[in-house]
Amino acid sequence: MTTLAPPLARHSAALAKRSLIKTMRTPEALIDVTIQPVIFLLLFTYLFGGAITGDRHTYLQFLLPGMLAQSLAMGGVALGQNLNADIEKGVFDRFRSLPISRAAPLVGAVLADVVRYLSVCVVLLLFGSIMGFRVETGFLPAVAAVALSIGFGLCFCWISVWVGMMVRTSGAVQGVMFLLVLPLTFGSPVFVATDTLPGWLQAFVSVNPITPLVKTIRGLLIGGPVAGPLTTTLMFMAGLLVIFVPLALRAYSRRA
Amino acid sequence: MCGPCQAGVRAVPGTAVSLDGMGTEDLVVRAEGLRKRFGSTQALDGVDLRMRRGTVLGVLGPNGAGKTTAVRVLATLLRPDEGSAFVAGVDVLKNPQEVRRKVGLTGQYASVDEDLTGVQNLVLIGRLLDLSGRDARRRADELLAWFDLTEAAQRPAKTYSGGMRRRLDLAASLVGRPEVIFLDEPTTGLDPAKREDMWGVVRTQVASGASVLLTTQYLEEADALADEIVVVDHGRVIAHDTPDGLKRKVGGQTLRVRPADPGRLPDVLRLLDLLAAPGTSASLDESAGSRPGAVSAPVTSDESLDKLIPALRGERIEVTELALHLPSLDEVFHALTGRTKAEELV
Repeated sequence: MTTLAPPLARHSAALAKRSLIKTMRTPEALIDVTIQPVIFLLLFTYLFGGAITGDRHTYLQFLLPGMLAQSLAMGGVALGQNLNADIEKGVFDRFRSLPISRAAPLVGAVLADVVRYLSVCVVLLLFGSIMGFRVETGFLPAVAAVALSIGFGLCFCWISVWVGMMVRTSGAVQGVMFLLVLPLTFGSPVFVATDTLPGWLQAFVSVNPITPLVKTIRGLLIGGPVAGPLTTTLMFMAGLLVIFVPLALRAYSRRA
Repeated sequence: MCGPCQAGVRAVPGTAVSLDGMGTEDLVVRAEGLRKRFGSTQALDGVDLRMRRGTVLGVLGPNGAGKTTAVRVLATLLRPDEGSAFVAGVDVLKNPQEVRRKVGLTGQYASVDEDLTGVQNLVLIGRLLDLSGRDARRRADELLAWFDLTEAAQRPAKTYSGGMRRRLDLAASLVGRPEVIFLDEPTTGLDPAKREDMWGVVRTQVASGASVLLTTQYLEEADALADEIVVVDHGRVIAHDTPDGLKRKVGGQTLRVRPADPGRLPDVLRLLDLLAAPGTSASLDESAGSRPGAVSAPVTSDESLDKLIPALRGERIEVTELALHLPSLDEVFHALTGRTKAEELV
């Protein structure tokens, strides 16, 4: 059996399979993309929903699309941690001594994360519908929302990969990433309408890459403008790749 | 007993080597002037290495001597600050991917993936070396059988013992049938029986045509395996020779004679005294551990033996033991580095 796929794709696929085997062997590593988003959804809907909109169902419709964005941004944190641990254990020394592209181990690990992001989407949409969430647009827009979410997750996680290459311990990866992810996801229209925010915070929200993503997903799931925020989101995604893929690769090459 | 141990064949007996007259086409590793600095530590301070095809080169030195750094440079994991290196005829700095096709590396710490099973670990390496799925699987099964890991093949590597991990790690470096194998302290931390198994593996690889560069802190290991030994200390090569050549270079050979008739001991003592190195004299073996009834004398050259035999015959002295002992590598190491023993520096 010979494949004609270019070597980077072939090697990345083999390494993605490795990551998937590891994930299957440690299902508890999926908590952050299964149980955790559900807990957040329950917490915010029942604890704050009444206070924020006066009606839990209205708030759930507003919250769930945003929850999707937040969970995806958080879902990438584990990737940097795992890669950091792999390097510490010396597994990557083996990969470096093989005639494969330097990028393959990182690309492979990122590709395997698709499973985790898909899990976030499926779990949130299923559990949300049990709680009463309804897609108000249609099947295809909903599929598009899931595809965009996963795509964004694949771009955003390169920040985590880069941090994973830069810091010394996998615990530090989590620390650094949460410093970034928490302001990005809370300083956004995920939980509240942003017109109540003070001016300086509104300024932050307007340049936050999570903002157009939340608006796009919201538009795709419960209706509203899509084209504008989608364009901005795609530009942010491209920007994340252009900046953080080279940074991550360079940091990986330098790490002896 | 595992496969490799039974197949232990001593390859390429230590023929006399002339390092200067060595043609470069025979050299499978050729490094010149390697320097590498980490912060304030000069890990490599101008290292030259030469390894002939089909031989075992032992790189011997205490912890921190620069052995691992040198291996990482040769295996393309690390770029030197200065110097050049060719492995299997390929420039390590200019064409690292080509070098990676030809070498296998087993590091100091087993770099197997603990969450993957033995077979998954090896199949992954095979796939990354562009074997088809079926060929990767076949090669994995072959290596697992050879390293006595077939029964453990379906278990995650985290359940393996230290020795099993080492074997799996070594198997992983052999998946691509490399021309040159780098082993960085392959037996550190293994018990003596496991160490001998590993030696068997090395010998079999060499017998099947590979060249092996191994680093070790164990003088005994270098003596047992290596055709040539490089002694490294403080990032520099301080000696390169065959094990016997090294011992000879440092001197300290001992001539020992045991007469069949203990009554002739005084005569033997007198004869050996004449041959003893300047400033030394022959003595009766009385030290603990040696059987009494023999005479020893430090000598400077092999010729002493040639002179002794006619002398013994002339005096009609029959002997039951007549031997020229080279110093142990421990003594050699001490003489070269001024330190007692490599392991004691840990």
